[in-house]
Amino acid sequence: MDFSLTDEQQLIVETTRRFVQSEIVPLEDHLDPDAGALDPQDHDRLVGKTKSMGFYGLDIPEEYGGPGLDTTTRALMAIEMSQHRAGLYNPCYGVFGGAGLAQLYEATDAQKERWLYPTLRGEKKGCFALTEPSGGSDPARAIQTRGLKDGAEWVLSGSKLYISGADKADYALIFARTSDDPGRNGVTAFIVDTDTPGFHVRRVVHTLRATHYATELQFDEMRVPEENILGEVNGGFAIANDRLSRQRIPYAAGCIGPAIQAQEMAIDWAKSRETFGSPLAEKQAIQWMIVDNEIDIRHARYCVLEAAQKADSGDRFRTEAAMAKLVATEASSRVVDRCIQIHGGVGVTKDLPLERWYRELRIRRVGEGPSEVQRLIMARDILGGSFK
Amino acid sequence: MGIRLDKSWETLDAETIASLPAQLGVYQVADEDENVLSVGYAGARHLFGIRSALDDELQFLGKKATKFRYEFTSNYRSRWDELLMLHLCDHGQLPDHQRDEERRIGRLSPD
Repeated sequence: MDFSLTDEQQLIVETTRRFVQSEIVPLEDHLDPDAGALDPQDHDRLVGKTKSMGFYGLDIPEEYGGPGLDTTTRALMAIEMSQHRAGLYNPCYGVFGGAGLAQLYEATDAQKERWLYPTLRGEKKGCFALTEPSGGSDPARAIQTRGLKDGAEWVLSGSKLYISGADKADYALIFARTSDDPGRNGVTAFIVDTDTPGFHVRRVVHTLRATHYATELQFDEMRVPEENILGEVNGGFAIANDRLSRQRIPYAAGCIGPAIQAQEMAIDWAKSRETFGSPLAEKQAIQWMIVDNEIDIRHARYCVLEAAQKADSGDRFRTEAAMAKLVATEASSRVVDRCIQIHGGVGVTKDLPLERWYRELRIRRVGEGPSEVQRLIMARDILGGSFK
Repeated sequence: MGIRLDKSWETLDAETIASLPAQLGVYQVADEDENVLSVGYAGARHLFGIRSALDDELQFLGKKATKFRYEFTSNYRSRWDELLMLHLCDHGQLPDHQRDEERRIGRLSPD
């Protein structure tokens, strides 16, 4: 495959890189090392800049006002946007805008008016509630939240776990079992306003991400109108699954940025730090770590760009997306780990971003489908047929 | 695991503060009647962790602040948000000087 960048892609990459270095990194120097947000005034000012650059709402489809970037260009931008301390989970602190829940683009016109358009205007926030205490890697079978039809309404009861942003959301996309089918054909997606009686955010779930938490939700006989169903009754799993596949490419690309930054820091450190009478860079043990980092970074980048190009060409890209997710998350974790080792004591302090990347990259190997599930997806495609 | 900060109150004075380890964590500061005046955190930018953060509180709140309780945690940011949300849930509003945080934090219904 040809991974050379077009002139336009090169310009976008360079513009994004300059933006990160000149606008984000200087602000970050004054924030708590675990900060997840900019000062609101800085945030609004930078949103104005990204809008004037024509880059606001990167993931919004062009017909809804987005910039219409292809997946490859979007992946290249993700690699650049994540090259700062908070960049893994908060690339550029969100000043490039979000797209809302991708599933809402499949909603009815009335649903779009009520939830999608206000989200794109920044007036509403949504959250995605799929995982339950019974499991997340195999959601089709794990979902135990029940939806029972009662006249023109559905009554939802159950709980969800590890849900991001539910405590601040105006609405939630909730997946519930609505038939006796124990698998993927018995799940329905509901759009539920979070002020609906019976919707409870019961607790905060603290994670390795020190600035961000997940939540646990409980639904007590929550009554939801029929018109709040997204898609077809018992067709919700396809909606959830589509999102999981599409998300893997930018998710993987975002892991590469911190690895590149960590490698650059490690190279600078190895050249300047002396031990036993010579720079670290002259020790074979350090040289090999730097080389292994480079191999990991390039491997991850090739896998991500291959998956993105397949997606752009309209070919099936499920295996490539799974491989990109697996390789990028695991390779970047190894890179940051080695860079901490090269830095020694200062590598584990909050003076440098390495410790934050180390903690947060660990989550990436679990989130959006753990490495084992990615292998399972690839095995299905490579071996043919579907396992039970 | 209890989610509220329900440890015993300690006396907020320079001597007690100086005896604390310079750790990262969260805390509440209260008046004599144990009304919470401030919910805060000691982060990596506090030179001596919770000691520095409580010193700042003592300077800011003055003599009305007489008690405190704390919890060490490296997840000081998310735990701080959790304590603010719990305070909002229990009291309907945050301490006066933290009212601006109400626009930022989420909503919990823990009980």
